[in-house]
Amino acid sequence: MGVGIDVEHLNAWYGATHTLQDINLNIPANHATALIGPSGCGKSTFVRCLNRMHETNPIARATGVVKMGEIDIYKDASPVEIRRRVGMVFQRPNPFPTMSIYDNVASGLKLNGFRNKAILDETVERSLKAAALWEEVKDELKKKSGASLSGGQQQRMCIARALAVDPEVLLMDEPASALDPVSTSKIEDLIFQLKSQYTIVIVTHNMQQAARVAENTGFFLNGKMVEFNSTHMIFTNPADKRTEDYITGRFG
Amino acid sequence: MSTDPTPIEAPADDNGFMRPPMDFQTRRMRWNSMRRHAVNHLVTGLALLSTLLVIAPLVAILAYLIYKGASSLNMAFFTQIPAPVGEPGGGMANAILGSGIILALASSMGIPVGIAAGVYLAEYGRGRMLAMAVRFTADVLNGVPSIVMGIAIYSLIVMRQMHFSAFSGGVALAIMMVPTITRTTEEMLATVPHAVREAALGLGVPKWRTVVSVSLRTASPGIITGCMLAFARVAGETAPLLFTAFGNQFWSYKLNEPIAALPLQIYIYAISPYDEWHRLAWAGSLVLILMIMMSVTLVRIYAGRGALKGAS
Repeated sequence: MGVGIDVEHLNAWYGATHTLQDINLNIPANHATALIGPSGCGKSTFVRCLNRMHETNPIARATGVVKMGEIDIYKDASPVEIRRRVGMVFQRPNPFPTMSIYDNVASGLKLNGFRNKAILDETVERSLKAAALWEEVKDELKKKSGASLSGGQQQRMCIARALAVDPEVLLMDEPASALDPVSTSKIEDLIFQLKSQYTIVIVTHNMQQAARVAENTGFFLNGKMVEFNSTHMIFTNPADKRTEDYITGRFG
Repeated sequence: MSTDPTPIEAPADDNGFMRPPMDFQTRRMRWNSMRRHAVNHLVTGLALLSTLLVIAPLVAILAYLIYKGASSLNMAFFTQIPAPVGEPGGGMANAILGSGIILALASSMGIPVGIAAGVYLAEYGRGRMLAMAVRFTADVLNGVPSIVMGIAIYSLIVMRQMHFSAFSGGVALAIMMVPTITRTTEEMLATVPHAVREAALGLGVPKWRTVVSVSLRTASPGIITGCMLAFARVAGETAPLLFTAFGNQFWSYKLNEPIAALPLQIYIYAISPYDEWHRLAWAGSLVLILMIMMSVTLVRIYAGRGALKGAS
């Protein structure tokens, strides 16, 4: 089951650039939360702060409190532990090119030293089914490279790979922006099914997508969170003028 | 304009009717198209010629070696040690074994050090002073003449131990392998997309494990090529062995004693005044080249096994 995330006074920098400015936000457990906003507004940086991927860049820095359940992820745990509990799906599908489909999905477990074959088999099947890819690849699991799949299949494989380590939170950074409409709708269906079991945070440029999949939506602008509310309220009755301008297409 | 094409005569069709004359635009397009085709053929031809020029020396050398050396190849060559001057027969069995030992020593020292240094440069040392120093040193080391390497190892190891040894030969060749392997490893790791590393880190895989199981594995075909190039280069080196491994006319497999090596043996035989030894030198050269080609091919086959469908 997923856990909620409480973000208090989160600030982030890339070098001297103050990318995130004092973000405060409660992300509820087992719901999908969408983050919208124009390019460069800090949405991606924000989700990367939630699994401490932000700090893999040597010039990046972050301060503030991010609580996952009872754990302060910046104080009480190592980045490696946090990333096992918070899965991430990236903008472009990033399969491990030298690994088979099976090894790609099992990689999170295998690379952490897990070797029990029966459990690996079971996990790979369960994860691929959860990512709605099982039927398409089950015959060539170990023969085909993960990189040989189509873009949409690769992205679903990456989702399966993230699910295989049994995370509580799933971060998705524009997971469908590099995909065609059919693949996009498959991914959206998937998010709809997954949010009963995982806390999902999805960054998207596509406002219809936010409206379709997320209960709550946050609007980011220039490194600040302008507004956070139920998706319905954001799109029908935004409190802030800037939010209204953005969703009505007046800028961005 | 002086560059304008000459007008193309409108040809008569089968019934003797003249087609309407082409306007200027059409003529110009046709002329351009002809020119493009001509340039295309010219450049393709040049590329083909260059390829032949590159392949020709290799084929010529191999053919000449077979012509000169194959007749002297027999079982004795692979099983006997050199015969005393004046006696016919004899072989280079000890030199083949010696080369194998020295190269195994050099590879077992040079490849791990080279790859480890390349990993440091690509994955840990980005932008650090030490990394820049290592990179610069590797490039300089790559340009050090092999005879200088031999003298350096002579004074560093041989002079202290007061005797020539297989070990010192191995060290000399290992140091010559390191810069090539380091730089190829670094360059190959740099071609691994950042997104692939992030995928592993995002799954909670520790950095060292990501480097070993994801970055190195993804870059492994290129790194293996680098190791093979370094190996093939030092396998034929004579100069660094002159003052280190020294050579030996008898069986020797001890690491702390002088040892025979194919390039050394070829060198000694080739400058000797005896026809019999000249023939053996040719045979030795052929064997040396075949050994290098064989080991490179074997590694390629071994490394290429288990490749997946559609793997990039």
